[in-house]
Amino acid sequence: MTTSEAVAGGEPLRIKARRQINDRAIQQLFIMPTLVLLILWNVFPLFYSLFLSFTQYSHSGKAPPVWIGTGNFDALLNDPKIWAAFAVTGRYALLSVLSQTLIGFGLALLLRAKFKANGLLTTLILIPMMLSPVIVGMFWRLIFNPLMGIFNYMIGFWNPTTAPIWLKDHALISVVIVDVWMWSPFVMLLCLSGLKAIPDYIYEAAEIDRASPWRQFWRITLPHVAPLLLLAVLFRTIEAFKAFDLVMGLTGGGPGNVTETVSVALYRMVFQGQARTGMASALAYVVLIVIIAVSNVYIWYLNKMKEA
Amino acid sequence: MAEIELRQVAKKFGDLWAVKPMDLTIYDGEFVALLGPSGCGKTTTLRMISGLEAVTEGRIFINGKDVTWLSASQRDIAFVFQFFALYPQMTVRQNIAFPLESQGMKRAEINQRVAEVVKLLEIGHLLQRKPPALSGGDKQRVALARSLVRKPACFLMDEPLGALDAEFREVMRAEIKRLHLAQHATTVYVTHDQVEAMAMGDRIVVMSAAEVQQIGTPAQVYHDPANLFVANFIGSPGMNLVPGKYVGDEVHLRGGSVYPTPPAWRPTLAARWQRDDVIVGFRPEAAQVSETGAIRGMVYASDLHGSYTMLHVSLNGELRPNGNGEDTIVHIRARRDVHYVIGSLVRFDLNPEMVRFFDPESEKAIAKEVRG
Ligand SMILES: Nc1ncnc2c1ncn2[C@@H]1O[C@H](COP(=O)(O)OP(=O)(O)OP(=O)(O)O)[C@@H](O)[C@H]1O
Ligand SMILES: [Mg+2]
Repeated sequence: MTTSEAVAGGEPLRIKARRQINDRAIQQLFIMPTLVLLILWNVFPLFYSLFLSFTQYSHSGKAPPVWIGTGNFDALLNDPKIWAAFAVTGRYALLSVLSQTLIGFGLALLLRAKFKANGLLTTLILIPMMLSPVIVGMFWRLIFNPLMGIFNYMIGFWNPTTAPIWLKDHALISVVIVDVWMWSPFVMLLCLSGLKAIPDYIYEAAEIDRASPWRQFWRITLPHVAPLLLLAVLFRTIEAFKAFDLVMGLTGGGPGNVTETVSVALYRMVFQGQARTGMASALAYVVLIVIIAVSNVYIWYLNKMKEA
Repeated sequence: MAEIELRQVAKKFGDLWAVKPMDLTIYDGEFVALLGPSGCGKTTTLRMISGLEAVTEGRIFINGKDVTWLSASQRDIAFVFQFFALYPQMTVRQNIAFPLESQGMKRAEINQRVAEVVKLLEIGHLLQRKPPALSGGDKQRVALARSLVRKPACFLMDEPLGALDAEFREVMRAEIKRLHLAQHATTVYVTHDQVEAMAMGDRIVVMSAAEVQQIGTPAQVYHDPANLFVANFIGSPGMNLVPGKYVGDEVHLRGGSVYPTPPAWRPTLAARWQRDDVIVGFRPEAAQVSETGAIRGMVYASDLHGSYTMLHVSLNGELRPNGNGEDTIVHIRARRDVHYVIGSLVRFDLNPEMVRFFDPESEKAIAKEVRG
């Protein structure tokens, strides 16, 4: 009824007023669901877990949270198992990010060349990145399987009785290998876009200036790609510090706690018997602080590079 | 110092001739301008000389040495790119020092060489800046400095002023000329601007449609164009080209005027007796307005230039181009202090020294026979 009135156009002023209200209403309609979801799923848990980290609380018990001040943090920082978990995470992050960066950048340098199957090859290389980490973990367990897995055969161990049992003897390295397999393409993708943005004439100028290929790489290619490379490293470092799904899929943190990253330790703390929710919240905050600190170092470096 | 020789050098991209086989010798210390409209193969020619582009046919010699299959870095040439191609991550100083460092030169000598070119080009205040923060003219100076600093055997420049605005082009043009005179390095300079080519070149290579049309000094290409293309392309406006029929010792020009040929040309034109069609070419300044002039037309428009008036004269006496290609408008220079009314009749003669004749079929200039 009202619409037909508006269409009839008897009162332009009123139409205008109504349209303004409608626009705002539409704006809010679009924003509201996101806002509600964000508050429910992100903001509320964020602050609630911050509160929990200062309490003694178990989500499986009936007791309400009891405020204990910095008790959880004191306990965590004095717990050698937590330090061990951080050490594992650090080793894992260092090894996997370093390898991914080198391999990803290397692949990007190779794929920059113009050849026939270039597009197809790039797509194929990107596939691991698109898979679900849990599934990747599951099938790499098959690949690493000492009896029927293909991995040992591929690297030349033909006798299953003498071959290494990867997920037991070199568990952390195994997780690193899978992570590198999965995420080198991501580094490659970023580097490739950086490399493609370098105009040909820069290299022609360098050729005229008689710069050797080595020098061209160090003085032209690397400085051009460095910001993107650093960004890739930043993303991968953050991810490595949160390493969970792949580890769970492959080793579940074992054997023992050889591959127990902080996230896995956190998971075990809450969901495997102990149900120490307050303590786990505190640990989550420690991880968050570490990640923010590490990211800031990168970002500071990135900014410095842009200024220079 | 270097002499560059191109022997039957050609380039094909797929089925397309970018440059048809051409011969060219550039002498030591010479400044040669490569001139032609867009897409005629100037850049391709320059890139072949530099070694950035491989030749399809022919050979290239620098100082008598066959460099056809040497890479750009082995040829001792400097190349100034149209869009500067500075290294954006390096400071101006690093940009200029880059070619020297690449050669592994000692730091002290690098500093000295950089200081020299920096002084020459007056860019001392820019040294710590990075190329993205520079104006077009400053980028151009830095690009020149980077190419000069190595003291290469020859300079190749691809429309180095193309990206600058008109006012600045003039300044930089003078600067490049000054640098050339100071250094006397062999220079090949690509441009599509004929004024630039005329002003700077010791010789001009006029190209069109992948082919060399004429190689000559600015005066030669201006006064003695080898063919209709060069006649029309050089000069603004280009040479007036009026078709006509050769009858006796006269040419019946399109539009009706009868032009008695200069006596010096008569033997040459008579020798072509079996062909009576001819194109008469003359520069605007070859025309002399006079009451008794042999050629007549109607003033179609007149432009005032500071020191003279450029008259547009319609030879067929119509004030409108009739659109069927039959109308003939010529440009002639007249005294600035006489006022010409549009639509009025005007008569003029041609300076016999400055008249040229062309063969309409081959489009080539007819050479004047000199008979002892
Ligand atoms: N890499 C290439 N691949 C294919 N065709 C090319 C290539 N480079 C140039 N051409 C073609 O060759 C012809 C000559 O090009 P070139 O760049 O030498 O012209 P130019 O005289 O420098 O023109 P401009 O004044 O526009 O710079 C053009 O038709 C161009 O399209
Ligand atoms: Mg060009």
